[in-house]
Amino acid sequence: MKELMLGNKALARGLWEAGVAFVSSYPGTPSTEITEEAVKFNEIYCEWAPNEKVAMESAFGASLAGKRAFCGQKHVGLNVAADPLFTLSYTGINAGLVIVVADDAGMHSSQNEQDSRHYAIAAKVPMLEPADSAEALNFAKLAYEISEQFDTPVIIKMCTRVAHSQSVVETSERVEHSKTYEKNIAKYVMMPGNAKKRHPIVEERTKKLIEYAETTPINRVEFLTDELGIITSSTSYQYVKEVFGEGASVLKLGMINPLPVELIKNFASRVKKLVVVEELDPIIENHVKSLGLAVEGSELLPRIDEFSQNLVAERLGVRGQGSGVSLEDAIPPRPPVMCAGCPHRGLFYSLKKRKCTVLGDIGCYTLGAVPPLSTIELTLCMGASIGATHGFNKMLGKDSESKTVAVIGDSTFMHSGMTGLANVAYNQSNSTVIILDNSITGMTGHQQNPSTGLNIKGDPAGKIDLEALCRAMGIKRVRVVDPYNLKECDVAIKEELAAQEPSVIISRRPCALLKTVKHKPPLYVDKNKCIGCKSCMKIGCPAISMKDGKAVVDQTQCVGCEVCSQLCPKKAFAREA
Amino acid sequence: METKNIIIVGVGGQGSLLASKILGHLLLNEGFDVKVSEVHGMSQRGGSVITYVRFGDKVYSPVVDKGQADFIVSFEILETARWLSYLKADGQIVTNTQQIDPMPVITGAATYPENLVEKIRAQGIKIDAMDCLTLARQAGSQKAVNIVLLGRLSHYFDISETAWQNSLRANVPPKFLDINQRAFELGKKFV
Repeated sequence: MKELMLGNKALARGLWEAGVAFVSSYPGTPSTEITEEAVKFNEIYCEWAPNEKVAMESAFGASLAGKRAFCGQKHVGLNVAADPLFTLSYTGINAGLVIVVADDAGMHSSQNEQDSRHYAIAAKVPMLEPADSAEALNFAKLAYEISEQFDTPVIIKMCTRVAHSQSVVETSERVEHSKTYEKNIAKYVMMPGNAKKRHPIVEERTKKLIEYAETTPINRVEFLTDELGIITSSTSYQYVKEVFGEGASVLKLGMINPLPVELIKNFASRVKKLVVVEELDPIIENHVKSLGLAVEGSELLPRIDEFSQNLVAERLGVRGQGSGVSLEDAIPPRPPVMCAGCPHRGLFYSLKKRKCTVLGDIGCYTLGAVPPLSTIELTLCMGASIGATHGFNKMLGKDSESKTVAVIGDSTFMHSGMTGLANVAYNQSNSTVIILDNSITGMTGHQQNPSTGLNIKGDPAGKIDLEALCRAMGIKRVRVVDPYNLKECDVAIKEELAAQEPSVIISRRPCALLKTVKHKPPLYVDKNKCIGCKSCMKIGCPAISMKDGKAVVDQTQCVGCEVCSQLCPKKAFAREA
Repeated sequence: METKNIIIVGVGGQGSLLASKILGHLLLNEGFDVKVSEVHGMSQRGGSVITYVRFGDKVYSPVVDKGQADFIVSFEILETARWLSYLKADGQIVTNTQQIDPMPVITGAATYPENLVEKIRAQGIKIDAMDCLTLARQAGSQKAVNIVLLGRLSHYFDISETAWQNSLRANVPPKFLDINQRAFELGKKFV
C-alpha cells in the first residue's frame, strides 16, 4: 500500500517489517519519532532508556539473547553511546543490531553540527544513509541483513530533512527472525587476549564490506551524460536531482561506510568532470581524492549548515540563488520562548533577581538564556551544568559558591546529571544544584523518564525519588520549591547559596503543556489599576504585552499561573468574577 | 506537471502540522508525488516555523527555496512578511491577519510593523487576508484557524469538494468534524 510517511515513521515501519523485537532509545531531535512510532507495534518491546549508552547496551543485550534489536539517538547522543559502539564492533552481534544516528545539519535543534559519519569510520562499522522515507524503510530492513551476514552492528545515518520529511512509501508485512544465545567467551569477553583476536576479524570484515559496497544496489549509478558526474548521498542527492534533472550523471551512495573503490573509479572514468555533493565534512570527497582521482567538492560547497536546491544550483554554476520580494520594514525576529505558564519562568526570574551565575544544561530551560531573562551563562552538553559548576566553584571559592548555581532538568539529570552530583558529593564542592523537575522530557515533545513514574506507553512504571536519590548520594540539604511561588523560590535560593555545604533545590511543577495539567482561568489586567510600570514584563511571558501604556494579557495564551501578578505593585491582575 | 510549492508559516504551536497532514493526504490521493517537510524541536516553542509541501509528477527536494512558493499559507501576518521572499513572482498568499507579538516586540527591543497587508498588496502581490480567528470562533473553535486557511486555499485548486472533505474526515477526530467542516466552508467562501 502507498502511504505518505514521515522518514522516522518509515524507519520504524522498516524495523517492524524486519522482525525487530526490542527498541531502547533516549529521545533527541530529529530522532525521537522512530521510537514513538515503533511503540505503536505490539510485536516490538519499546522503552525510553535513561541515556543513549544504556539504550545501546540494552539493545545489544537483546541481540545477544537472539532477537533483532534497535536503538536510536541524535548525533550528540552517539557521543554518549560511543563507548559500547567501539567495542561492539569487535564482539559483533547475535541477532541483528541496528543503530540510528540522526544528524542535524543546520542545527535546527542542537548544540553542534557534528558529522556522525566519522563514527562509522572510527568504529569500523557499516553505515547506510537513506535519502527519503522509502529508503528509510527499506534500508532499515537491509541493515538487519547486513548486520547478520557480516556479524556487525550497522548504523543508519538520518538527517533532519530525511527524518522530518514525509514522502511516499510502500509497506509490506512483518517477517519474524530469531536466534538462540550460545555462550562464547572468546567472542563476547573483550579482555586483551580475546580482543587481540577479534581486531583482525574486524579488519577482514571491512575488506568484505568494501566488496559488498562495490555491488550493492543501494550504491547506484544513474548514467545520463559524460559531461558531469556527481557523487552524492542522503538529502544532497535530492537537491542534485532537483537542480540537474537529466543534466548530470549521478553516483548515489546508499552505503556511506565503507565506501566502494572500483565503483567510484569506474564512474569517474566515464565523466569529464567529477564533483562530490555532501553536507558537512568532506568524507566522500577525501575518499575519492585518496584514490588519486581529480574531484571538486570543498572548493564549491560550504562545510557548514545544510544545503538546499538553490545553494547547490548557485555553487555548481547552474543559476543564481533565487530571490523573491521583500518589504522595506524591518521584520523583528521571532526566537523560541518559554511557553505561557512554563514553570521554569518563575525560577529563572528568581535567579536573575539574585544576580546568580547560572550554568545551564540541555532542555527547554536553555531558553533562560534569551532576553529578557538572559540568565543562563553556559550550555554545553547533557549533564555538564553540574560538572562545570563543581570545577568553577573549586577554583573561585567563596565568591562563586555564594552565587553560582547549576540548573538541570529532571530528564537530563537522569541522563547524565547524577554522576556530576556524585562528584559534588564525593569531592565536596560547596555547589548548589537546581533540578528543574517538570515531570517530563519537554523539548523533544513529552517523553517519560525514570523520575516520572510512567513508561513509554504512559503505563505505571518504576519511579526514582529525586529527593531520596540526592540524599543517598550524601547531599544533606535537599528541598523542594514550587516555581509558581516567587517568594518561596527566592528564600530557597538565598538560603542554599549561603549554606556551607552542597545542596539541591528541586523546582517542581509539571510542564504547562502536559494534557494532564489543569490550568486556572486566564488573568486580565484592570486598566484602572495598571500604572504601566512594566514590572510584569521582566519575566518574558508571551501572553503579556503593552498596549497604550498598559499591560494586556492575551486570553488565548494565558494559563493563569499568576507569576506576573506576584510582580505587580498595584495588584492589577485579576480574574473575571 | 511541474512541481508546485506551498509553504505553511506561523508561530510554533499554531497547528501547521495538521494543515500539512491534510494537504499531504489530499494530494497523494489525487495521484501526485508529494513531499512534506516539517520542523520539530526547539523552534516549536513559540518560534517562527515553516512547513514545506511540494507536489507534482516527481518531487525530489523536500524543501522550498526562495522565490519558489506558488502559495504562502500563513497563520500570522508578521510571519507572512518574514517569508515573503519565498513567494514566486505570480504566487498567491492566503493569510490570517492575527498579530502575535514576538518577544523582541514584547520587551520593546523592536516594533511590530504596521499595515503589513496593505504594504504587501502595494507590491502587486495577490493576497487573501482574513481574520481567521474570528471565522474559526464562528465555526465553533478558535483552534480551527488552520482549516479556515485550507478552505480558502482550496479555492485555488482544481480538486473536488469531495476529495477535500475526505481528507478532512481522515485527519480530524470525528467529534470535531462538524466544526472543521464549518471552518472550511467559511474560509472557502471568504471574499
